[in-house]
Amino acid sequence: MSKPGESMTYRHPGTPARRFTYRPMERVLLPGASAFAIGGVLLHASPWFGLGLALAAFVAMWLLTQSRLSAALITGYVSAGAAWYLVAQADQPELVTAGFWCHVIAAWLLAWACVEQLAAIATQSRLYQWILGVLIPVLFGVWLLILWELVTRGLEVPQVLLPSPSQIAQRFTSSTHILWADFRQTFLKAVLIGYTIGCATGFVVAILIDRSPFLQRGLLPIGNLVSALPIVGVAPIMVMWFGFDWPSKAAVVIIMTFFPMLVNTVAGLGAAQAMQHDLMKTYAASYWQSLFKLRIPEAMPFIFNALKINSTLAMIGAIVAEFFGTPTVGMGFRISTEVGRMNVDMVWAEIAVAAMAGSLFYGAIALLERVVTFWHPSVRSS
Amino acid sequence: MSRGGSTLLPVLVVTLAIILLWYAGAAALNLAWERSVAQRAGTSPSLIAMLGNTMNQERPVLPAPHQVLHEIAETTIHKKITSKRSLVYHAGITLSSSLLGFALGTLLGILLAVAIVYNQALNKSLLPWIIASQTIPILAIAPMIIVVLNAVGVQGLLPKAFISMYLSFFPVAVGMVKGLNSPESSYLDLMRTYNASRIQTFFKLRLPTSLPYLFTSMKVAVAISLVGAIVAELPTGAVAGLGARLLAGSYYGQTVQIWSALVVASVLAALLVVLIGWLGDWVNRRMGLLRE
Repeated sequence: MSKPGESMTYRHPGTPARRFTYRPMERVLLPGASAFAIGGVLLHASPWFGLGLALAAFVAMWLLTQSRLSAALITGYVSAGAAWYLVAQADQPELVTAGFWCHVIAAWLLAWACVEQLAAIATQSRLYQWILGVLIPVLFGVWLLILWELVTRGLEVPQVLLPSPSQIAQRFTSSTHILWADFRQTFLKAVLIGYTIGCATGFVVAILIDRSPFLQRGLLPIGNLVSALPIVGVAPIMVMWFGFDWPSKAAVVIIMTFFPMLVNTVAGLGAAQAMQHDLMKTYAASYWQSLFKLRIPEAMPFIFNALKINSTLAMIGAIVAEFFGTPTVGMGFRISTEVGRMNVDMVWAEIAVAAMAGSLFYGAIALLERVVTFWHPSVRSS
Repeated sequence: MSRGGSTLLPVLVVTLAIILLWYAGAAALNLAWERSVAQRAGTSPSLIAMLGNTMNQERPVLPAPHQVLHEIAETTIHKKITSKRSLVYHAGITLSSSLLGFALGTLLGILLAVAIVYNQALNKSLLPWIIASQTIPILAIAPMIIVVLNAVGVQGLLPKAFISMYLSFFPVAVGMVKGLNSPESSYLDLMRTYNASRIQTFFKLRLPTSLPYLFTSMKVAVAISLVGAIVAELPTGAVAGLGARLLAGSYYGQTVQIWSALVVASVLAALLVVLIGWLGDWVNRRMGLLRE
């Protein structure tokens, strides 16, 4: 398949090919970076720093015509050093001027140029591809944090509105025991137990109705409809039925995860082709043999799709259910009470825990998927 | 359903079975209360009489379907729409913020998808974060976002719409990236032989080909934006909206009220999804993308 970038390199056969052309983003980013760097100097920010940034941008422009990697390295190093310097300055109000913000933009454009170069590097090596695939998003995320830190510190945003990443990290490290207790209550109990039971029942019910086309035709549209409904709303009812502790949260998670699993498994069990069914018949395979050896493996991509959807649904269900009543521990409880007490840094620490748990959960399932469905085209091609 | 046969009858049978199960569940769950009432009164009514009573308790553990329907009829048809006790009023508030969030989210999703498709660096750096953004349980941060936005002076619809937007941009962005990349390479080659510019290729090939993907993801997005709006109403102190009805119902043990709010929310979600589905079918048919 042709990528959009390639269409740019196409030239009419009549025109002579030039040896090197800057790509459109490079024409904007690097000159933009040097313009902002010099603009910062004109606005009375530190002159040597600004000139250094501008020089780095020019050098990168020249290096680009030689080697993409070296241009990426110099923009990366210079922008990282600039970020360090700028963050150190951000606490001194007399230094935070219009020129300072010009330099922030210049450093950010340099970092963007670095990502742009890294993304354009064409390599056949699996290892380099993997390193680049991790490095590029990480650089993007780190710069998001740097800009967040600079804006909150430089503009002196009140901590109640938006704490800086460093404040959140400080709070995180100083209250790990609370965070761990909340994590255990919400994630290890409510989410994991509810998720396991919900996914397992969805799977088993799908296998049970598999032999009845009538039930399938009746349940599938309803299952699809229910998947679109705001099921989180049952949270108050579950809290009334099962009490304040984690079983009520697990119940919400079970209901939320059941239907996506049911619908996807039923669809997956129908995914095997007629030819494959015929092969199983020539082997005189029984219903259960062809179920376990052909249809369930064939359904695995669908099942993992449901497992992935459910991993985020389960987190949401458990945390929202805690808004309706909970013992005095749990991530949802902590978030709602600390908001009331204006301890916003604690809330963000809790959010960081939730985000990390959610990402790791999702990542673990994605990894398992690659192992189990190694034969699937979408895994083989990547 | 490709396997043939009508789906209407099976769906009706399953729906009927669900309603019967619901009645059975209501009878079973509410019986304990009837027993304790009878014990305290010192009477011993027949089982049939007690079962009859389970259908019409004031605060049942599980209200029977007709009680919920009665409550819905009571609060939609027999109340003035402007009344604070009218479910139409509350549903309208939730609907307006979820639709605003859905519109903003769809727009953001499309813009992000275009940027990602046309810029390799964004494709590699932004796409993983878009996926990661959804592992953050935004609904959990909803209370804080509402409080913070209130403090900055943003009030009313916008904070709730923001939550809906955050939830609904994701399916649209992911679906549109897939859709905009879906033209086969021979079509792209054809555009090149026409010497079409990038903008022409976008509007005449990529955008039309992506429309089926857009509507499929919009169906997911509209459902999820309603969930976002409902949950966003929880921390605002239960002032108005379907989420507020849920919270108020849970505070005062009004199960019938909770269930009627849930049913109305479900009907609303189903209507929205069907509406987007129709719109998608109509547009696709007009574009010649859907052949029966």
